[in-house]
Amino acid sequence: MEPNAQVSVKAVSSQMGSTQMPSPQIGGPEAGSERWRRWLRKIYSQRYLQVMALLGVAWMIIFNYIPMYGIIIAFKEFDIIFPVSQAPWVGLDQFKEFLGDDEVWNVVRNTLGISLIKLIIGFPLPILFALLLNEVRSVLFKKWIQTITYLPHFLSWVILGGILATWLADVGIINKVLLALNFIDTPITYLAEPKYFWTIIITSDIWKELGWSAIIYLAAISSVSTELYEAATIDGAGRTQKMWNITLPSIKGTITILFILAISGVLNSNFDQILVLRNSLNESASNVIDVYVYHTGLADGRYSYATAVGLLKSIIALGLLLGANYITKKMNETSLF
Amino acid sequence: MLKILSFKRQTPAEAAFGIFNGLLMLIICFLTLYPIWYVLVNSFNDGQDAMRGGIYWWPRELSLENFRAVFRSEGIMTAMGITVAKTLLGTAVHVFFTAMIAYAVSRRELIGRNLYMIIGTITMFFGGGLIPYYLLIRDLGLLDSFLVYIIPAMFSFFNLIIFLSFFREIPAGLEEAAKIDGANDLTIFIRVVIPVSMPVIATIALFHGVYQWNDYFTGMIYINNTDLQPIQTFLYRVVAQSSSNQMLAAMPSGVTINVTSQSLKLATMVVTTAPIVIVYPFLQKYFVKGFMIGSIKG
Repeated sequence: MEPNAQVSVKAVSSQMGSTQMPSPQIGGPEAGSERWRRWLRKIYSQRYLQVMALLGVAWMIIFNYIPMYGIIIAFKEFDIIFPVSQAPWVGLDQFKEFLGDDEVWNVVRNTLGISLIKLIIGFPLPILFALLLNEVRSVLFKKWIQTITYLPHFLSWVILGGILATWLADVGIINKVLLALNFIDTPITYLAEPKYFWTIIITSDIWKELGWSAIIYLAAISSVSTELYEAATIDGAGRTQKMWNITLPSIKGTITILFILAISGVLNSNFDQILVLRNSLNESASNVIDVYVYHTGLADGRYSYATAVGLLKSIIALGLLLGANYITKKMNETSLF
Repeated sequence: MLKILSFKRQTPAEAAFGIFNGLLMLIICFLTLYPIWYVLVNSFNDGQDAMRGGIYWWPRELSLENFRAVFRSEGIMTAMGITVAKTLLGTAVHVFFTAMIAYAVSRRELIGRNLYMIIGTITMFFGGGLIPYYLLIRDLGLLDSFLVYIIPAMFSFFNLIIFLSFFREIPAGLEEAAKIDGANDLTIFIRVVIPVSMPVIATIALFHGVYQWNDYFTGMIYINNTDLQPIQTFLYRVVAQSSSNQMLAAMPSGVTINVTSQSLKLATMVVTTAPIVIVYPFLQKYFVKGFMIGSIKG
């Protein structure tokens, strides 16, 4: 319907054009000021809407764009007691210093290590959970599972840190159980040992977000047409066959978009989580880029240096986002933009 | 009918899969709930007795002393007051402000609409980072001010998009009728749009309310005055920096010796978490719907 209607409108207007030859585009100065006046009148008629929208733009300029402009201190040697304009330019010195720092490789290794394991284990698990949950027949049971598995998402990392500290303490339940089963001879202080840190971070993250991350997949599954399943049933497909051949392909688009976002987030550690669980004893495994920026910047007062490290991270993250977007677009025509 | 038939036609392998799946779900539910249950029963146990350990399923010496100590502690109650205030005020301001802007850009005739959307979209993918942001907060005079919890958190472009997709579904006829009656756009937003948008408002209010309630970072880096710190920042200092001194300092005088800093910590955690845990199941149907809008729009 739509294209046809457009064609007929075009045909009518071209007919009119050939008979009368009025050209609304070209006009004298009066026509121009007439357009200007009409535009002003339109703006005035939507003045309330404009004020509403511009309040948001003003907020974004202050809280998003001024900090972006503030990035210039990465190329200066900024001191907190003088204004930014007085700080001397130092070019790329801050970046060179970061890349020459001994700590940098440890920081990059921790950040990428934790993120990649989270991606490999933590990304597919909610999809699997959503697929299996979808196979639960009883509506009431399903609802209960959902309510229960959403619960940890609503706990803050501080609370979860408190729970973990209680569980992992040398008199905690983990040590009690392992001692009783004779797996260990002496209690282990897990949070004080770097070698357990990644496991703690990844396990607790999955525990907290498994149910919540599955919501978006469940929503996508619920919009799959039931006719597909009915047709497959008539063709004699079993439950697992339908799961792999109908449900999973139907939510491919959702999976792709979340995967692009996950890829672009590999340099982001879960700052809230790590800040709670890190301490001076597990530092060699827990010092990630975000923590490093926070410490060098706000604790040591090296503002320019920390800004440079943060900027480097943002640029690489943006590159990863665009790269992942490009590749998935080539591969299966689903993409973020 | 078809569903019932197909259920009856289950093969043994499929029935086995169903049972295995159900068991797996029960195990996941248990693993989710038990760590929380463990904290709960220990917080309801006598503090001195709990130090012996071994309380797994039920309090051994049931006691409300820990909770009495929490509610009598001035430091904890002040922090709790800050948390309640920032959550209520912050959520109300965030929902109203973000929804108002979303409504304005949801109207197709708005001049400059595409530009405004581009300005917002950029903020989702690039930002200034922690240090420039900290310097901005300092320059705005928001350090050590209650407003640091409200103003920098009053808008989110991500939430704007969720509002936007909801507002687009509102039938235009509703607004037209109000317009004929001579109402301006702000009045239409408040009197017509807000009342019909309760599902999406509940969703965003829950998301932002949980953020406000759980956020400890703002209180940790922008606030030095302990009278202005929320309960999560207070707990962060107790949990992460293991400063039991702070916990003990917050203890009111005259508390029975049976309350230990550990049992007081657990009770504070329970009190801090209870309001959210009680509220979210009632809002579940709204936020699941909110996610559906999001997933359909891609």
